Amino acid sequence: MTEQRRSKTLTVVLMIAPFVITYLTVFAYPVYKMFALSFTDAPLIGEGRWIGFDNYIKLLNQKLFFTSVWNTGYFVLLTVVPNTLIGLGLALMVVRLKGWLQSLILVLFFLPYILPVSVVTQIWQWVLDQQFGIAQYAIEFFTGKRISVFRDPIWAMPMVALVTVWWTNGFNLLLFIAGLRNIPADYYEAAALDGATRWQCFRRITWPLIWPVTALVLTLQLILQLKIFDQVYLMTEGGPFNSTYVLLQLVYREAFRLNHGGLGSAVAVFLFLIIVTVSVLQYQLLRVRGR
Amino acid sequence: MQRKSIGNILLLVLTLCVACMWAFPIYWAVVTSIKPEQEVVTKTTFIPDVFNFSAYYFALFETNLAAWYVNSLVTSIGVTVIVILISVMCAYALSQIVFAGRRLLYGIILASFMVPSQALVVSQFVLMYRFGLINTWGGIILPQLIIPVVVIVYKQFFDSVPKELREAAKLDGCGDFQILFRLYLPLNWGITTALAIITYIMAWNAFLWPFLVTNSEDMMTVTVGITQVDDAFGVKYARDMAVAILAAMPVAVAYLLFQKRVTQALMLSSGIKG
Repeated sequence: MTEQRRSKTLTVVLMIAPFVITYLTVFAYPVYKMFALSFTDAPLIGEGRWIGFDNYIKLLNQKLFFTSVWNTGYFVLLTVVPNTLIGLGLALMVVRLKGWLQSLILVLFFLPYILPVSVVTQIWQWVLDQQFGIAQYAIEFFTGKRISVFRDPIWAMPMVALVTVWWTNGFNLLLFIAGLRNIPADYYEAAALDGATRWQCFRRITWPLIWPVTALVLTLQLILQLKIFDQVYLMTEGGPFNSTYVLLQLVYREAFRLNHGGLGSAVAVFLFLIIVTVSVLQYQLLRVRGR
Repeated sequence: MQRKSIGNILLLVLTLCVACMWAFPIYWAVVTSIKPEQEVVTKTTFIPDVFNFSAYYFALFETNLAAWYVNSLVTSIGVTVIVILISVMCAYALSQIVFAGRRLLYGIILASFMVPSQALVVSQFVLMYRFGLINTWGGIILPQLIIPVVVIVYKQFFDSVPKELREAAKLDGCGDFQILFRLYLPLNWGITTALAIITYIMAWNAFLWPFLVTNSEDMMTVTVGITQVDDAFGVKYARDMAVAILAAMPVAVAYLLFQKRVTQALMLSSGIKG
């Protein structure tokens, strides 16, 4: 009996050890270390002194911190709701198609999502290039002049948002299509018998039944877009005049450029807390839906 | 009835137009890459006059692309294999074996969903530095190994395998490792390929972490490396596009070959059963 128990214990240990050890080393410990570092004046590499909440106080006195918070919020505003609505709109179009045509169209919409971020930014830098970019025809048509969009403080963030929507929308589209396919066809047949118009069908059947997926997409987007860094860094490096500086970029700047590991960690803690809060809210929201 | 079908045709045309516009930047990148550099900036042609592959020649032979490819392949395959292996074992134990702390461990893994890995980059960098892994494959791979959703998806699938199978195998004298790798894993082969492909695509596309942990050009992954090309050679759009297309090729091909699996994995990881 003890022999059997010992072998069971050994099996469990061998099975969970690789994951648990990796988890503790590269995940749990860094979480702890992030908090610990944020209370010190440590450089990126090396020891620091305990300085309590000084880093946090310093952040509250740093203009760039508020700029980054504001810009991150602005970016979230520009992406989350539009991305969700566009995803739903495209899904409503695609879901009506049949067979190979649907697969083909779906690929066209989904392809950007699997591209690496640096490929996406390279493509758009070319498309939006001030001198030769093909999108400048459209920009010139609407504004009367060519605009170097990533060097213009007013255009930069909306353009980063546009590229982001293009890049990430495929995933939302997919979730919406799955949601739409789950709506039983009899509902629409019954509505058609009652002579319902297309709009009435959408308003009374589709929208209420797709709302749970919409809530899921909205919250997933919110969490995702709060973590923005790659696109901004590659297209504008936070410029011009810090008009696209975001929180994660401040982490990068403080820790990796200015060698302020402690202060960088404090910004990271701030971002971490925001995202955990949003995630908890999302969990509550989706649990309510699940019951 | 007549009006309805006209409406349908209009909607179809609209859908096609939007889809073409959506995919246009990708098409434009491809077309640009096969034009001579001169033509790229002198005229706007939607189909090139002549097909010219000099940009690809440049990308393949006069940049570090080959080294970046090797780095990307090794690290993304490494991440994929290790993630699947450690997650599947952990998930099997969580699903099939009763042991002390099982619920706690599962709870912790579930809670990890909330942790944004991007916030951990500073402390992970310090850790990799202490391990001496800056500018190494190990340094690129290690922090990417924890993907809680893989464990959770596997656990859910193992939960739904009939208990009798494991009991029968036990009576035949199989140990749990044998049961996992010879019975449970083959039974869930579909979900394994789905999770593996999506992990591979995510690892290939990762930018922030490989960007931070590598600074020598020889050690960069494709995603990071290609951002260095125009710094060194000035802006040449045909070349940039050729490099970008080559960088995206391994994931684009993986996606086109395994479309169903990719979408299935994405659905599962977002909590919608596929």
